[in-house]
Amino acid sequence: MEKISLQFDRIKEKMNFIKPNKKRDFLLLATLILALPYIINSQYLLRIVIMIGVYSILALSLGLVTGYAGQVSLGHAAFYAIGAYFSAVLSVNFGISFFITAPIAAIAAAICGLLLGLPTLRLSGTYLAITTLGFCEVVRMVLLNWEKVTNGPLGINRIPRPSLLGFDLTLANNGMYYLMVFFLVFTTVVMLAIVRSKIGRAMMAIREDELAATMMGIKTTTYKVIAFVVSAFFSGLAGAFYAHMIRFIDPNTFTFDTSIMILSIVILGGMGTIKGMFLGAAILVSFPEVLRFLQEYRFVVYGMVLVLMMRFRPQGILGGQKKTAYKLPKGVIVDINSNNSSIEVREAMNTVEEVI
Amino acid sequence: MLAVKNLNTHYGNIHALKGIDLEVKQGEIVTLIGSNGAGKSTTLGTITGLLRATSGEVWFKGENITSIPPSQIVKKGISLSPEGREVFPALTVEENLQLGAYVRKDKENIRTSYDRVYELFPRLFERKKQTAGTLSGGEQQMLAIGRGLMSMPQLLLLDEPSLGLAPNLVVMIFDLIVSINQQGTTVLLVEQNASMALSIAHRGYVLETGKVTMTDDAKILSDNDMVRKAYLGNI
Repeated sequence: MEKISLQFDRIKEKMNFIKPNKKRDFLLLATLILALPYIINSQYLLRIVIMIGVYSILALSLGLVTGYAGQVSLGHAAFYAIGAYFSAVLSVNFGISFFITAPIAAIAAAICGLLLGLPTLRLSGTYLAITTLGFCEVVRMVLLNWEKVTNGPLGINRIPRPSLLGFDLTLANNGMYYLMVFFLVFTTVVMLAIVRSKIGRAMMAIREDELAATMMGIKTTTYKVIAFVVSAFFSGLAGAFYAHMIRFIDPNTFTFDTSIMILSIVILGGMGTIKGMFLGAAILVSFPEVLRFLQEYRFVVYGMVLVLMMRFRPQGILGGQKKTAYKLPKGVIVDINSNNSSIEVREAMNTVEEVI
Repeated sequence: MLAVKNLNTHYGNIHALKGIDLEVKQGEIVTLIGSNGAGKSTTLGTITGLLRATSGEVWFKGENITSIPPSQIVKKGISLSPEGREVFPALTVEENLQLGAYVRKDKENIRTSYDRVYELFPRLFERKKQTAGTLSGGEQQMLAIGRGLMSMPQLLLLDEPSLGLAPNLVVMIFDLIVSINQQGTTVLLVEQNASMALSIAHRGYVLETGKVTMTDDAKILSDNDMVRKAYLGNI
């Protein structure tokens, strides 16, 4: 018997590497991401991967507003456009480096988010959706008609490549890919920090029940505006990156379709998740490419997938999963065995143990 | 502790509260009874700042708190457990309670509040990892009250805690309200179930179409013929 159990232990030890291990998995993922351009070794594929990254940033930013704070925005393409145009105009007309124009563009988008958010976030549901939709159209019209600055329907051409210390970042030398990875990691870290903080908790409470959230002492409008401004900031950043990667932008890039695409990613990936945004972006951005053999029917399939998804898994692919236990802040321990707990609670504890 | 003076509230053109006067003293259970549309919930809404008073004043511990925002009112020590047990359905029981303590800065003492809520409602402790939407009606009501207690209020406002609960659960919830009160929290209770409310309250106010028509000790009110006819269902 002992031999057999020893054998078992050995096998177990050998199988250990299959078990999830946070640190190792993280290292593997990081290596994979950094080595990806050399693995796929194709500019066409790399371009798709970069677009997945851009849409991931957009979905993460909309995810904060829609997935966590529960406010539907149909106009996120507007912030994307503002970021792209701001950065493009500044660098084409004044020759400012991308690494300066990108933050300026993001801040400009954030300011627009603030100006739009302050009056409209008192609205809710459908009204907010329609307002943001209108805002998106307004931005597009301005881009079309303010020809002096935006060059109207012709768009802005020859946007300079980002250059770091005299070194041009291009698609060919993988510079754009690593820049995208940097922006994506930055966005993800900020979003995770917000979502796991008290601010994130307040946003989720607003999503769940605004009246009850108010009664907890949460300033609901303030938090909705914070979500909106942060979201606009990152959408603007994605826009700036996009402009300097494609090097040509026109008003048609930032239509209502783009807003819907971002919203679809958030819904498909799973509202109120972070991982879902990457998955949703990967699926929806690569879909038209993967299904190229279906020719024009691919958009029919694309639509069908979304319809079926809503029918059978409305919470999204990664949404609605069992949640991990909430961690109390440091110093707060609910210790049921401590002396100041009453007998009733200890009895309750015992019944729980019996059930287990 | 709480004094409401000649309070008027409008919903658009509708004059919902027509000059309400009421007072809650430290340590009391005071109940507001009345039929649908009498203005009970509107009174609570105006006290907590969810609705704006058109005129009149709300005083709490010698401070005028009329029409200050709800977040400030929670900080001052008033907590409302809203009608229809509005818990956060997708969050766990524990997260719901955590949000109840949202305005508190004293992180170390929050743990005592958890203990206190779990002592009052052992059921919540059993289910602390469960999402609130999957709780039964009675458990959700316990959670709504427990969440209200997490901000350590001096005054707890309860809006229809018996709504939609089975009779045995109603008795249980009311027993718990009494023990919350005995632990030192003043309670203002709004109820349609007038007989239950009057049986645990010290004093009561009868509200009719936005006016206080009667006020007295709960005992005297429940013996009053008019109240018995109108609200208690027996003569």
